[in-house]
Amino acid sequence: MKCKVCREHAVVDIRRHNAAFCQDHFLEHTRNQVARAIKEFRMFRADDRLLLAVSGGKDSLALWDILIDLGYDVTGFYLDLGIGGYSHRSRDLSISFAERRSAKLIVRSIETEHGFTVPELSALTGRVPCSGCGLSKRYEFNRAALEEGFEVLVTGHNLDDEVATLFGNVLHWNTEMLARQMPVLNERILGEGDDARVALVRKTKPLVKLSERETAAYAVLRGIDYVVEECPMVEGNTHHHYKHAITQLEESSPGTKSQFYAGFLRKAADRFRDAEVSADDTEIVACISCGAPTVRRDTNESRCSFCKTKALATKRKAEPARRSPARRRKSEA
Amino acid sequence: MRVKLRNPDRVVEVKGPKTVVAMLDELDILPESVLVIKDRMLLTRDERVDDSDEVEVRPVLSGGAGEGE
Repeated sequence: MKCKVCREHAVVDIRRHNAAFCQDHFLEHTRNQVARAIKEFRMFRADDRLLLAVSGGKDSLALWDILIDLGYDVTGFYLDLGIGGYSHRSRDLSISFAERRSAKLIVRSIETEHGFTVPELSALTGRVPCSGCGLSKRYEFNRAALEEGFEVLVTGHNLDDEVATLFGNVLHWNTEMLARQMPVLNERILGEGDDARVALVRKTKPLVKLSERETAAYAVLRGIDYVVEECPMVEGNTHHHYKHAITQLEESSPGTKSQFYAGFLRKAADRFRDAEVSADDTEIVACISCGAPTVRRDTNESRCSFCKTKALATKRKAEPARRSPARRRKSEA
Repeated sequence: MRVKLRNPDRVVEVKGPKTVVAMLDELDILPESVLVIKDRMLLTRDERVDDSDEVEVRPVLSGGAGEGE
């Protein structure tokens, strides 16, 4: 194959664009796609302070590299989830990248911050590992951004991530999540007047125009050492199954993924968002434990999902001879 | 040719020469789900891989929590 731009030898083919690129033009194409997404969705301004959630994987490290090259003031944030050697290796790769690019990196550990690792959280609460992990990451990313004074939180969600999530939300008609599945989620303010404060920082996803294959190719061609191994806790994860199913569709019909996602944003997203705003906008209150936004409960004790899960994990961890959640449920039934 | 596969790491032998897409088909791997790397460079699906070559087939689909899960 020949490069679409210069007709030299191509190293990456992108079938949904019916194009192939040499190394230089592929790297340029990738940076352009990120710059276009930032501009099209008005993700952030040139002088905003950005906090990028970094996992040590291809997406977040590639995005970090691109945002630095585009001239943004971006700081990495690595959250150690306590998943054994996998977490050690991904943390080391994140630190190595930061050193190589002379980039700022904040490292925190969920065990140090809250007293349990992600595998412990799953064992203590009976929650699916990926669910507890996602909940913890969303919570900690937002907390770190607020505490460290960042205007915008940036994540490495790519086109495949967004399409798999959209697919799952449509399969289950999860209209609440469909309303929030946007490349940008504006900050959420709680309180009024002098009491008004940012409770949820603005969230953005600059990789939504790039597939996983493109971000991986970018990382390889830029010589970025990223964690290739799969998280040991991902087995059986439904999101992963959706990705495989969608990749099969993409293989037989290139462009399926981007059409599905772009069509959703263009034709459907507004309808779900309008429905959510009119349905429950007045029911959002501050969590009584941490102040994060949460839905008002019947009682006066509205607590966010993370604080409820943490309270349960902390309580069970303190029990002297704890039984497994499965056995507990059985005996309590 | 020697083909390095990941997750878990292992090496398999595939008879060459073959195009990348034919090699992946023999291994029952979707081309859209991987990168094929030879000597730190990427190969497009039409490129030929010789019997004496060593290549890595690196998966690109990462798992984990989707938002809302």
